[in-house]
Amino acid sequence: MSDAHAPKPPAYNELPDAPPRRRIQLTWPGKVGIAVVGFWMIIVFTAPFIAPYHEADILDEALFIVPGSDEKYPETDFQSPSKVAYLGTDYLGRDLLSRILYGARVTIGISLAATFIAYLVGITLGIAAAVGGGKLDSALSRFNDAFLSIPSIMLALVVIAAIGSTIPILIVLTGLIYATSVFRIARSLGLDVMVSDFVEAARVRGEGLWWIITREILPNIAMPMATDFGLRFVYVILFISSLSFLGLGVQPPTSDWGSMVRENLAGLPYGSIAPLVPALAIGTLTVAINLIVDDVSAHSGGRLARRMI
Amino acid sequence: MPPLLEVDALAIDARTEDGELVPIVKGVSFEVQRGEVVALIGESGSGKTTIALSSLGYTKPGLEFTGGAVRLEGENILTLPLDVIRDLRGRRVAYLAQSAAATFNPALTIGEQVTESAVLHGTLTVSEANTRATELYRALDLPDPERLGRRYPHQVSGGQLQRLMAAMALCGKPDLLVLDEPTTALDVTTQIEVLKAFKSVIQHEGAAAIYVTHDLSVVAQIADRIVVLYAGDIQEYGTTHQVINYPVHDYTRRLMAAVRPPPAAGQGDELTGAHEREAPALEVKSITAGYGRGKGGEPLVTVLRDVNVSIERGHVVGVIGESGCGKSTLARVMAGLLPASQGEVRLSGTALPPRLRDRSRAQLQKVQFVFQMADTALNPRQRIDRILGRPIEFYLGLKGANKRRRINELLQMVELPVAFASRYPEELSGGQKQRVNLARALAAAPEVLLCDEVISALDTIVGANVIELLKRLREQTGVSFVFISHDLSTVASFADEIVVLYAGRVVEQGPTDTVLSPPYHPYTRLLIASVPELRVGWLEEAMASQAAQAGIDRGVTLTDVGCPFFDRCPIAIPGTCDREDPPQQTLGMGHVIQCHRGDGETS
Repeated sequence: MSDAHAPKPPAYNELPDAPPRRRIQLTWPGKVGIAVVGFWMIIVFTAPFIAPYHEADILDEALFIVPGSDEKYPETDFQSPSKVAYLGTDYLGRDLLSRILYGARVTIGISLAATFIAYLVGITLGIAAAVGGGKLDSALSRFNDAFLSIPSIMLALVVIAAIGSTIPILIVLTGLIYATSVFRIARSLGLDVMVSDFVEAARVRGEGLWWIITREILPNIAMPMATDFGLRFVYVILFISSLSFLGLGVQPPTSDWGSMVRENLAGLPYGSIAPLVPALAIGTLTVAINLIVDDVSAHSGGRLARRMI
Repeated sequence: MPPLLEVDALAIDARTEDGELVPIVKGVSFEVQRGEVVALIGESGSGKTTIALSSLGYTKPGLEFTGGAVRLEGENILTLPLDVIRDLRGRRVAYLAQSAAATFNPALTIGEQVTESAVLHGTLTVSEANTRATELYRALDLPDPERLGRRYPHQVSGGQLQRLMAAMALCGKPDLLVLDEPTTALDVTTQIEVLKAFKSVIQHEGAAAIYVTHDLSVVAQIADRIVVLYAGDIQEYGTTHQVINYPVHDYTRRLMAAVRPPPAAGQGDELTGAHEREAPALEVKSITAGYGRGKGGEPLVTVLRDVNVSIERGHVVGVIGESGCGKSTLARVMAGLLPASQGEVRLSGTALPPRLRDRSRAQLQKVQFVFQMADTALNPRQRIDRILGRPIEFYLGLKGANKRRRINELLQMVELPVAFASRYPEELSGGQKQRVNLARALAAAPEVLLCDEVISALDTIVGANVIELLKRLREQTGVSFVFISHDLSTVASFADEIVVLYAGRVVEQGPTDTVLSPPYHPYTRLLIASVPELRVGWLEEAMASQAAQAGIDRGVTLTDVGCPFFDRCPIAIPGTCDREDPPQQTLGMGHVIQCHRGDGETS
């Protein structure tokens, strides 16, 4: 058997088992997701410049007079799409397209701000619990459990009923409500990394706590946390939209996708698309974010799977 | 009649992300006859597990069969539909994985799991399967075979669990067993008992087996024929007698050279006078340590009891013992990761604060810890230059170009290409990672390196290379080493002095040569006798000897009074050994044995 291999004595080096590190490569659903999210982000920044009307403008009846018709006072609410209002009008006769464009700023802005607060609070406390351990961990975790056990929408209802609904209150409240779930994830990921040998190696080296947290722990929980960020952002959008739908979120005349669904519900029997357009907007944004998140996590999951081979 | 299993020009490729095929197994052919054990041997990456799994018609995800055939009794199983293959798995071909602890479901009783496959396949009824399981427990020398099936996996020891895996695989009377490194993770004393059980049960059942391992000495004990693999290709194929005694191929010879010789006197390096006999580099004095917090500052579970070890400058002290004897705890006490409840750790004669955070940076710098698993000890999110750069910056204050120069020096010191500085740990192989792990400890320019099982996770050749590297580093740097291992041969080839730990106590210590030559402590003797030798028939001889039998199948018990080794010791004196602490016998040259038996009796 061995004679067949005799001519060329191979060099018996250590067999390599580590292929080059894979960079993030998005598949086409991920790219679609990025395109859609990118589209909405552009809208957020350019809404006032591209919107045909202001969000609170009730369109003039004169605009809806069909040339040649002798009707002086045409209806302006729940109009079908036309050259005057490309997506039609809402229940007060406001331009739906402009409200969607303006609403993007409010909906995405509030949700993003609230998610950031949730992450700031959740990660800080979660890592504190993971690193501090012992009594600090127990105290924080039990408090968090108690907070989690209250249905979030009920909690929001009570707080808003007590102190009113302004945009800053809405942001902070939503942020705190979602911080509880971020706390849980950050704590358990942190605990996993805390006991790893490289953290122990840093401790033996005499590194300070801050260095260990910022250099050893945070980079290692960043990927799963980023995946979670996308999902959490979607939940926050839906949460704020539901609050607005109940009339407790963003207050009129400011437009917001969630409240737009609610206020235009009456148009459904007339065949108006007014409640559907904001719902579709929420749908595209959340689905697009999920497409990106799926792609990123499939990528990191793929690496995990490969490591197990 | 066709052979039981015939692997014919088998080719398996891996599909890369770009869709290219990379050959993993390159046309391998061999056969397994009934009642025969064929060993597949090679280092990691040689394709041995991939080939073994093909006998189950299985490939790991990302791999595909691209040529050849695997015939079980003449039928090519690679072309069978999945449901037929599924029926064949576990019934006709059974697989035994490396880690029993990971294979057993902690929530089910042992009996349920051992009989599960046979019952599922309809080979046996539940009661038949239970009877069969009990027979197998008896054949495998397991304690209390009648009631064992009702216990849970955590209630038996690791070695017993490994044998239960064999029972699980054999329960449905498969034609072929595939054993994937079943003893690699075990202590020598446990390994010998598992090997013995496997061998006798395979003979008794007349089953055929494929035995995958990287350890040639284990193969010599159990296999009838050996297939030597390198990079997915057969290098040598022959009977065990041929391959072990008359190896033809270079690679086989190289594998044999990497097998460390059985520990014996005369292996330790001569102590040179080059290093002055001043205060020892590191010294632990009457250390008692453990985990948990009990009454009066005493630990809840004491792991180390009254341990004294001193490491002279430039010396290598090997710490050896079975898992659970406290050797890693000793290293953690030295490093300050676990403060001792009593006793002190001295660095160059001055006592170190027991807690890590009370130690000064200079003190920390002098004692560096090398972790066992390089996979987990290197931060996967940091590149090699950051991993190595941090201790350089932290302890030596070097920055910029000086730091880079030092990183390059370190990489050269551990024989890695300088270009690796820009890689991430996952882009390195296991042996390379372990080198980086060592380089990181060396980056601090320490006086003492604590190496905790640094080569235990590596296979023979890679491990041997790392030992060579350690020897060279020691000559170059004059660093003292504390070298912890459960593998006596490794320790014997590298250490100047050996400390034998048993149940948290030092039972014997002294220069390597004197520890490895009589008089022995009975436990040291057991350890030496349990190291497999690279010759056919060693297992039978070892089992016949009294020393090896003594250690079989008893857990380590920590005792408060008497000698902890009492219940396993073949020469224990009842009434004395279990009541009184063994006296310390000093035999000159710093050789100390703790035993009631006198000089002549222990040898």
